[in-house]
Amino acid sequence: MVKKKGVKKIKGFAIQFMPYQDIKHLNSTERIKKILKIVFGNSILILQGRLKPDEETRLIEDTMAMIGHVKGFKGVELAVIGSGGAPESAIERFKQRIVASLSGGDLGAITIIGPATIVKEIKQDPKKIELILGK
Amino acid sequence: MEIKVFTNFFKKVLGNIFRNKKDIKLGFYGPPNAGKTSLANRICKDFTGEEIGSVSKVPHETRNVQFKEKVEIKYKGKSMVFKMIDTPGITTKVDYEDFLKYKVKKKEAKSRAKEATQGIIESIKWLDDMDLVVIVLDSTENPYNQVNITIIGNLVARKIPVLIVANKSDLKKANIKKIEEAFPEYEVVGISAKYGKNLEEFYESIFKLSKKVK
Repeated sequence: MVKKKGVKKIKGFAIQFMPYQDIKHLNSTERIKKILKIVFGNSILILQGRLKPDEETRLIEDTMAMIGHVKGFKGVELAVIGSGGAPESAIERFKQRIVASLSGGDLGAITIIGPATIVKEIKQDPKKIELILGK
Repeated sequence: MEIKVFTNFFKKVLGNIFRNKKDIKLGFYGPPNAGKTSLANRICKDFTGEEIGSVSKVPHETRNVQFKEKVEIKYKGKSMVFKMIDTPGITTKVDYEDFLKYKVKKKEAKSRAKEATQGIIESIKWLDDMDLVVIVLDSTENPYNQVNITIIGNLVARKIPVLIVANKSDLKKANIKKIEEAFPEYEVVGISAKYGKNLEEFYESIFKLSKKVK
């Protein structure tokens, strides 16, 4: 994690880890509600696994709907660190799908979601991920 | 006389049904300021003489989904009719203060931010209705952005064919190879919408992908 030089000091934020088990039993609406509640509380959420593509877009939609309604909320920064790239063969892809369906999701992945007021940018490339924090 | 009226009516109705069926809904998606409207304008201007929307250096210039019906693209003797759909840039954050840097007044900046958030919601809602999507990326920016991956993931889940366009190839900082490396499973076409560079390859890819439209 990198703190950018020359930016104002950040007052009170927390990093919260959430195992996938905590949201596994929830439906999409409840999952997103739970995630956004943590983000509204000025916490950076590190979630084990990843959301489904339609849940990710729903998260963006709900985030947009909340801007202007929650005081000081300007959106989120979001990144997903994959579980090691796309499988090359059809057998590998099939295996991954079986594992994912048994465990309930891609547990090898990590999702990072933070309020945009704290996380200025998440720089991603295939080899590393950087969180640029600042007020 | 009655038979003739009936036949004409039938021809008109059936003609409309089949003509509408041929119109492929071509969506332009991507992050703000990547050049979606510039590209859509370039195509519309070339084939209809009219533009689809205004462009600006200020992000979120397009805050509503914009359409252009019946755009007939002709390329190498082939012709296809598209309904062009230009969408507001999708992002996970909108801060009115960002607009102040472009000398936009505070009141206008706040209203622009509100419209931008609504535009993003509208863009996402339209994903379901697309037949074919062009993801327009700025080739001078880092392509490893979660929003790009999320949009593509949604299109794949909906079985909608995707073409990735690496725009702004005329700029020194442009890195088309980086976009190709980020999305190895997709066809990437480097273009400059501003100068109309490499549009032939773009049309070739669009015609090729149109065959996959269900």
